[in-house]
Amino acid sequence: MLDKIGIAKRIAREVKDGYYVNLGIGIPTLVANYVRDDISVEFQSENGVLGMGPFPYEGEEDADIINAGKQTITTLPGASFFDSATSFGMIRGKHVDLTILGAMEIAENGDIANWKIPGKMVKGMGGAMDLVASAENIIVAMMHTNKKGESKLLKKCSLPLTGVGCVKKVVTNLGVLEVTSKGFRLLERAPGVTIDTIKQATEGSLIVEGDIPEMTV
Amino acid sequence: MIRKTVANVQEALLGVEDGMTFMLGGFGLCGIPENAISELVRLGIKDITCISNNAGVDDFGLGLLLQKHQIKKMISSYVGENEEFERQMLSGELEVELTPQGTLAEKCRAAQAGFPAFYTPAGYGTEVAEGKETRDFNGKKYVLEHAFEASFAFVKAWKGDEAGNLIFKGTARNFNPCMCGAANITVAEVEELVPAGGLDPNEIHIPGIFVQRIFQGEHYEKRIEQRTVRSRN
Repeated sequence: MLDKIGIAKRIAREVKDGYYVNLGIGIPTLVANYVRDDISVEFQSENGVLGMGPFPYEGEEDADIINAGKQTITTLPGASFFDSATSFGMIRGKHVDLTILGAMEIAENGDIANWKIPGKMVKGMGGAMDLVASAENIIVAMMHTNKKGESKLLKKCSLPLTGVGCVKKVVTNLGVLEVTSKGFRLLERAPGVTIDTIKQATEGSLIVEGDIPEMTV
Repeated sequence: MIRKTVANVQEALLGVEDGMTFMLGGFGLCGIPENAISELVRLGIKDITCISNNAGVDDFGLGLLLQKHQIKKMISSYVGENEEFERQMLSGELEVELTPQGTLAEKCRAAQAGFPAFYTPAGYGTEVAEGKETRDFNGKKYVLEHAFEASFAFVKAWKGDEAGNLIFKGTARNFNPCMCGAANITVAEVEELVPAGGLDPNEIHIPGIFVQRIFQGEHYEKRIEQRTVRSRN
């Protein structure tokens, strides 16, 4: 089974040379730490920066340079700043190659819910609705089940949707799954995880065809 | 040169009244118009609608207006990290309209650029699109969103000149340029105000035509919401 860092490491392998990548808050933010250093990648943050670098050294924080999680960051050579309308122009205009974000629920048709729990939590969608409505390559990073042990990969989302039919791939603590017209197709198992465990943790239709390899992280 | 300078924040906010709709720049606490917010608190005007990506934190930014119950309605994309906000929203004291972030930015830009409305894919099939016109373009579904209407836009820039030209710094740019010229009156506060000719025309982010009043702000706190650092070792 993978922990959050394991999920981030596995997703980092989906990041290809020349990609502009938008990372959501949580596990997706960790992905930046594990991208191969022999490829060229630029990270976009929707509050208006391309070419994000690591956190600043202590004492070098600049209140005017933050990421979408409102954390102080630095920029790398080649970076640029822009306004919010331009930022979402990049996103809606499909100039960003890969979007990695977290989710509370995913449905077998690619629907995603990650912004609201009615009566409990209403923080808002931020940029998530724009991202999922436009990106062609969306990977969701999340745990396979919630804290109560219930599946987060469902036939139909129970929470208010963020976007419809948009998720292409899901990387969880148990495995890698592709969203197809027939449901979740299992591509890889996490180390030490059996197909039965994944079946039990997946409420939506699960397609298991042929030999399912154990991933290398 | 058409001079846009006003003496201070009091003069800059002349004409603000109860019940008006304001746009306020900033992302989190980054690039917020600190001086305009303080003056709105001092004036004590009530029942205002704020268009702002976030609602500040409990004791800073728009949180200061929330504490005094001056805000009737917030139009934002993300409102976490603010307990007083959550309390007022859940108790029904505060009306909240959550809007996807890119749509929020574009509703400002549309107002600035003379578009009454536009189609966006964001929110299609979600509760954000409920009751709104939708349309199919080349097999993909879009939602019709309308430009904002506001009485004042309060923006913060890094440098400005007497003609109202603005230059922003880092990610403090965010919604500020989109809101310039998107309201009846745009009030820009800057950290450094220079005479006309003091800024290189090649480097202006927002031309002064979009700004009606400009002043040099005082005592910028520029609070950091999430101080994240790495060690030198």
